[in-house]
Amino acid sequence: MSNKNNPLSPHLQVYKWHISSLLSISHRIVGIINFIFIILISSILIFLGTDIQIFQVFSKSLIGKFLIISLCWSFSFQILNEIRHLAWDMGYGFDLKISRITGILTIIGSFVLTILFYLIGINLF
Amino acid sequence: MVQFSLPQNSKILKGKYHKDKTGSNNLKKVNVYRWSPSSNDNPRIDTFEVDLNECGPKVLDVLFKIKNEIDPTLTFRRSCAHGVCGSCAMNVDGVNTLSCIKSHSDIKGELNIYPLPHLKVIKDLVGDLTTLYKQYESVEPWLKSKVGEKTSTEIKQSQEDRAKLDGYYECILCACCSTSCPSYWWNGDKYLGPAVLLQAYRWITDSRDEERKERLKKVADELKLYRCHTIMNCTNSCPKGLNPAKAIGSIKKMLASS
Repeated sequence: MSNKNNPLSPHLQVYKWHISSLLSISHRIVGIINFIFIILISSILIFLGTDIQIFQVFSKSLIGKFLIISLCWSFSFQILNEIRHLAWDMGYGFDLKISRITGILTIIGSFVLTILFYLIGINLF
Repeated sequence: MVQFSLPQNSKILKGKYHKDKTGSNNLKKVNVYRWSPSSNDNPRIDTFEVDLNECGPKVLDVLFKIKNEIDPTLTFRRSCAHGVCGSCAMNVDGVNTLSCIKSHSDIKGELNIYPLPHLKVIKDLVGDLTTLYKQYESVEPWLKSKVGEKTSTEIKQSQEDRAKLDGYYECILCACCSTSCPSYWWNGDKYLGPAVLLQAYRWITDSRDEERKERLKKVADELKLYRCHTIMNCTNSCPKGLNPAKAIGSIKKMLASS
């Protein structure tokens, strides 16, 4: 049967989001963001050396604060979701209920970790 | 390259509105995807007002009512109507399911019915599953046993070994899982998809089968297997309550530890 002209049925346009699919796509997006920023931060640190004064000034500005908190979240989120993926790789947590619970825990946990990282961070510097 | 939007000839238009003629006070608006190969038009969404007072409990009953009383040209696959054959798989309210076991009372508001996602549409709610069947054939879903060829007596299996097939042998190949998987949408020609991989696992894990290693080797492929990113749409949609994501995870684990 030749069906080159037959239409393609709608997919993304109609499919409902689940927690698992939402986390999966955000894990990928956040992964790319983290990849870029870890290179950026590392190269900045190499150029600045031990001179962290500029960083201190930057971290007190509004944009600086926003960026730091966002990165705290993106890293926390990726860490927690990666733990979920590791558990799956070992064969655990595939049950629909459990995967839903771990998904919700990942979301809540990412915000808790963000606050924790930020508080520890500003006390260190 | 992944195409997120629909091609030009697949863009959905607004269709006909079939107003209720019974004067019933218990109406449901049902939006159904329509496309006919005999016209050159784009697909459209027809809206039907269905009298629920005179209608069976399932989504398939709604479709039958529309076909019998409102528009006889409405086309959909169905056979057993009891969730055993897997013919009436479609996208109901945004999730793939069997329309014969999905109650329309579970769905608040308007009822949206589309064919299984990302398939070539043959007509209305009927999608083309040729690729999926070819992929199913490629995993050679039958028992391979040298012992079985020589003897005519049954090959025995312990109760524990038999229990390993639970949750996998029940698959009816309705394709709800495969067509719910974004990975399968973008790579459906190479990635085997949850339904076929679940079937592959069903034979890999069968204690009577003697070609376990060859089966594993065959499926161990960047595209065939590892396009699964544990999105879990498959498990979320399976109308039989099975877990294709777990089956794929088990294959990956077997390959990692063998």
